[in-house]
Order: sequence, then structure tokens, then C-alpha cells
Amino acid sequence: MELIIKAKGIVKTFVDGEVETPVLKGIDLEIKRGEFLSIMGRSGAGKSTLIYQLGLLDEPTGGQIDINGTDTLALNWSKKTDFRLKYLGYVFQDYALVPELTAVENVALPLLMRGIQTNKALEKAREVLHTLELHQQVNNFPSQLSGGEQQRVSIARAIVDEPEIIFCDEPTANLDSLSARVVIDILKKLNKSGQTIVMVTHEDEYARQTDRIIKLADGLIESEEILTPAK
Amino acid sequence: MLDLNSIKVGWFLGYRQIKRASLWTNLLIIIIMILTFLNLVVVSGLLVGLIEGAVVTIREHYISDIFISKLKEKNYIEDSQNIIATLQNIPGVSSFSPRYLVSGIIEANYQDRTDFNNLPEETAAIIAGIDFEKENAVTGLGSLIVEGEYLDNDDFDQVIVGAMLLDRYLDIDSPSFTVLRDVEIGSKIKLKIGDEAREVTVKGITRGKADEIDRRVFINDKQLRNMIGRSDLNVGEISIAVDDQYKPEFVRDVLLQNGFGRYARIQTFDEAQPKFIIDMKNTFALLGTIISSIGLIVAAITIFIVIFINAITRRKYIGIMKAIGTNGRSIELAYVFQSLIYAIVGSVIGLILVYVVLVPYFNGNPIDFPFSDGILVAPALVTMIRVCVLIVVTALAGYIPARIIVTKNTLDSILGRK
Repeated sequence: MELIIKAKGIVKTFVDGEVETPVLKGIDLEIKRGEFLSIMGRSGAGKSTLIYQLGLLDEPTGGQIDINGTDTLALNWSKKTDFRLKYLGYVFQDYALVPELTAVENVALPLLMRGIQTNKALEKAREVLHTLELHQQVNNFPSQLSGGEQQRVSIARAIVDEPEIIFCDEPTANLDSLSARVVIDILKKLNKSGQTIVMVTHEDEYARQTDRIIKLADGLIESEEILTPAK
Repeated sequence: MLDLNSIKVGWFLGYRQIKRASLWTNLLIIIIMILTFLNLVVVSGLLVGLIEGAVVTIREHYISDIFISKLKEKNYIEDSQNIIATLQNIPGVSSFSPRYLVSGIIEANYQDRTDFNNLPEETAAIIAGIDFEKENAVTGLGSLIVEGEYLDNDDFDQVIVGAMLLDRYLDIDSPSFTVLRDVEIGSKIKLKIGDEAREVTVKGITRGKADEIDRRVFINDKQLRNMIGRSDLNVGEISIAVDDQYKPEFVRDVLLQNGFGRYARIQTFDEAQPKFIIDMKNTFALLGTIISSIGLIVAAITIFIVIFINAITRRKYIGIMKAIGTNGRSIELAYVFQSLIYAIVGSVIGLILVYVVLVPYFNGNPIDFPFSDGILVAPALVTMIRVCVLIVVTALAGYIPARIIVTKNTLDSILGRK
């Protein structure tokens, strides 16, 4: 199957004054289009740092990341923002919804940035929230939603403009088990429809529901486990 | 680059941030903007208004629209009657008042004088012989009467005395600048012009807060002519009121074309007003601008701090918005729009306060300064320029802190790293 992400020799070293802390020490990783990949590892293993590099939220110290055939490290910050808007979606651990926007406005934001008319963007956002069974909460502010509802709004925002890849950074970490299962079911459903998903998680139960697990340790891939060989 | 979509998204975010911000925060910022606007417009407006009050007084109650005065080297305007006859036929001249002027001495309390070793109680004054009806039509002198009554043209041996000749109105103690004590309505005073002296009764006291009115004694023109033996009917000055639909320059030019420039100085009000008043007006305007500018800087810093604190506490959300593809320009514009909304709302409320409340109030209740009745001067054009300055400065004060936060690394913003 076609590769959508091809990362080679990813190195990330944090520098604080004279102290250098290597977090990623040369990671090679290929992700196929339509794959559901989970990244696991102990705290400090570099899981989140890796997903930030792959999701173009940070600049690696070294290496190369091609997404959809584009050498992303050659893009400047402005082009990276455009690239993220066009091809990537994000689900954060703490939902990361803009507090003064309602659920529907949060979801509509990426569409507005794409130049879609406000009314149409809100309409589309409403539709997506309906599919995630949030039709009652469309006009609620994040503070008026439960953790599970907020995470579903966050997913809606990530998928509303149909990105090529969704990056999820521990999307179930702050949720109770019931809400966490709902979120994982949504992600699985999206993946079934062809969506590529890269998820960081520390929960084995949820990682096992994905196609492949890579485990990081000390800045390197320690092991890889393919759960759905067909992909 | 500034594109329409960034503006649209910026407005979408900025409007909602204001709409959903704390009511008290919004109120506080708007109050700051109103006060800044008032500081910009009212402080300088009142400073200029002090002088403008004097200018208005001189225009309305002395010079009027056109002022004809004697040449420096002459004692009076030659060919005055020809000028007056011409004035009666110039279209646009609504009224005019010729004044006979002589320097004189007025003496008070001479009836009670017992010690003739002491100097008499007297002061120098300009004696103005006027047609009371004509003068009132041009300068409204009657409206400046603060005690007693205005005179009719049939009133002889009666005068109106300027307030600055009386100690009750000008409490000054200087041997070189004397004022008269105990002069009331009905008091007898002596007018001395050269060797001629005449006892007259004070019928009214006029107060216009201008030397040209308040240091004069007004008397019937016929009686003054008799006193000084002026049979040529040449006057010292003429004030002319011009209809609104005519420009004063038109009347001036007609007079000059008739050759009267040889006998008199013929000036519009703008030309005739004393230079020191123009200088004072400019100085006060500059002073007002300096004070206003300080206020503007303080307001800009306040807005800067408010927006900076707002942006820094929302740094994480700014990072998230950038992460999901919102460009930095839209986020910066969101803050610029917030600042603009505050500035515009503050300015609109300020404009209403100035033009609906303060200007009418000060017009009706001028501030009682010794040299003028201070009003609030707020010309629309100047005010609009100040509104624009306020809006631009506020927009900048909103943009700079937003820019500082937006240019920070996206991930650092999301994770709250330094």
C-alpha cells in the first residue's frame, strides 16, 4: 500500500543553555495510507515528541519527513501552517478547544481558514457533530461539555475538513473508560473509512485495536508489532 | 500578507472574544477609551476654548465681521461720512456702528473729597460716543450689561461704564493702573476730555471680558461730539456686521475698491483680531496637544497591557489555533479587531458625550475666567482626526502584543514552554 509518511533518521535534541537533552535519536518510520498506527512507550520515551515532529508542530534537529510526497522540512513556517490545514488533523490529550467558541464554532474554524463561507462552515460543522452524536451540544461552550464530549468535539474539528492524516496525542488519557471507548470506536470507524491515524497512547487495550504498534524506548523504536497484517 | 480570508477569520475570532469576555473587563476597557477620548478632545478643547471665548467676545461684541479703524498716524477716520454712506448701499451689510473715540479721564467720589492735598480718584479711559441702537444691533452691547440698564439715543448726561474701570470688578492695587471705588448705578462721575469736564450719571455697567469693552465709557455720540467739538463727523472706528450669505471679504473688497483704504484700515475679523490672541490660541492648542498626547500614550500602554495579558493567558489556545491551521495573521487581526471595537465604542460614546452633553453645557454655562468665558471648542474635523489617531494607536497597541505571542513557537505555546 502507498506510503503517506516516510520519516528517516529523525533526531530531536532539546537544548537548554549548555545542557543538551537528546529525546529522539534517529527514528526511521514509514506509515501507509489508511493505516491506524499507535505509538507506545514509557513516560519520557519520546512518543509525544515524535508525533509533534511527524505532525509538523515542531522542527526536528535532524532527519527527513516526507508527507504525501512533500519534503516537509523544506517548508517555511507559513507553508507548514497551510500544509497542516490542508493535510493534517489533530486531537490533543486535553481537547484543546478554544474556550470562547461554541462546539460548532470550534469545529468550523479549520473550514473558515480554508475560505469557506461562515454559514456553510457552521452548517458542515453541525453535520459532523451530528455524526458524532453531539447534536444537542452544538451551541455549548467547552466549559459546558463533559470530557468525553469535548474530546468528540476535538475529533470533529480534526476531521471536519477531511485531512489525510489525523494525529492523536493520548486522546483517551483524560477520559473515563466509557468515554475513552467511545473515542476509540470513533477513531476505528474513521480508519475503516480510509482515514490514516497516528495515535500516541499508553494504554495497551486501545493500542491493540489499531493496525500496528511501535514501542519507543530511550529515543529509538524498541519494537514493532503488526496487528492487522492485511494492511 | 493581509488577505480577505484572514480578515474574515480574524473578525470571527475577535468579535467572539469580545462578546464572550467578562462584561466588567469590557466595561473597564471601554471606560478607559472614553476617558482617553475625552482627554484628547476635551482638555485641549477647553484650553483652546479659554482663548476662543475671548475671540468670540471680541468678534461678537467689538469687532464684528469687518472692522474699520483709523490709520496709525491719524486721530480719526477721514472721510468717515462717505464711508458710512457707502456702507448703507453695500449688499450684505446688515448693520454697522460708527464710534467716536477720545481718550479721557473719569473721576469719581469728587463730591466727598475733602483733602485736596491727595490726588483725585480718577482713571484714564476711552470715551466712546455711540448710537446706542446701532451699537446694540452690531455688537449686542446691551446684552453685556451686568448692572443697571442700557441707554437709549435720547439719554443725555448718562453713561455706561466698563467693568474694568471699577474696583468691584477688577480688584487690582497698582499706582499705574487705577480703578474707581464705590461707583454704583446712579453714581455721578466726571468725564474730563482735555479742558472739558462734564458730570454724568452711571446708568449701566457693562462687562464683556475684553479691554476694548470693559475699559471704555459709552456715551451718546451727539453729546460726545458736542463735548469735543467734532463737527466733521469723522469717527474713530466702525464695526460692521455682514449677512451670513455674504463673505466679509466681499464687503471689505468693495470698500477698498472705493478707495477708502487711503483713510482707514479695513479688515475682516480674522485680519483685525489681535496677534497675541492668535499666538495664545496656538500656544494653548500646542499645550493641549501635548497633554492629550501623554493621555494617548497612557491609553496605548493600557491597551497594550490588556491585550498582552489577554494574549499571554491565551497563549496555549493561540498555539492550538495555529496547530490546526489558523494563520498567525488571522490571530493578530482578531486582537486588532478587539482593540478597534474598544476604540470605536469608546470614541462613539465620547463623541455623544462631547457633542450632546459637554459642548451644549459649556456653551450654556461658560467657565468664568477673568479674561474670557471659557467654552469647549471641538471642531468636527479636528475631533475626527483625533478619533482616527486614537483608533490607529489603539489598533497598534493591540497588534504588537498579539504579534509577540503569535510569533512564538507553536508547540512551545501549546505546551506552555518558555
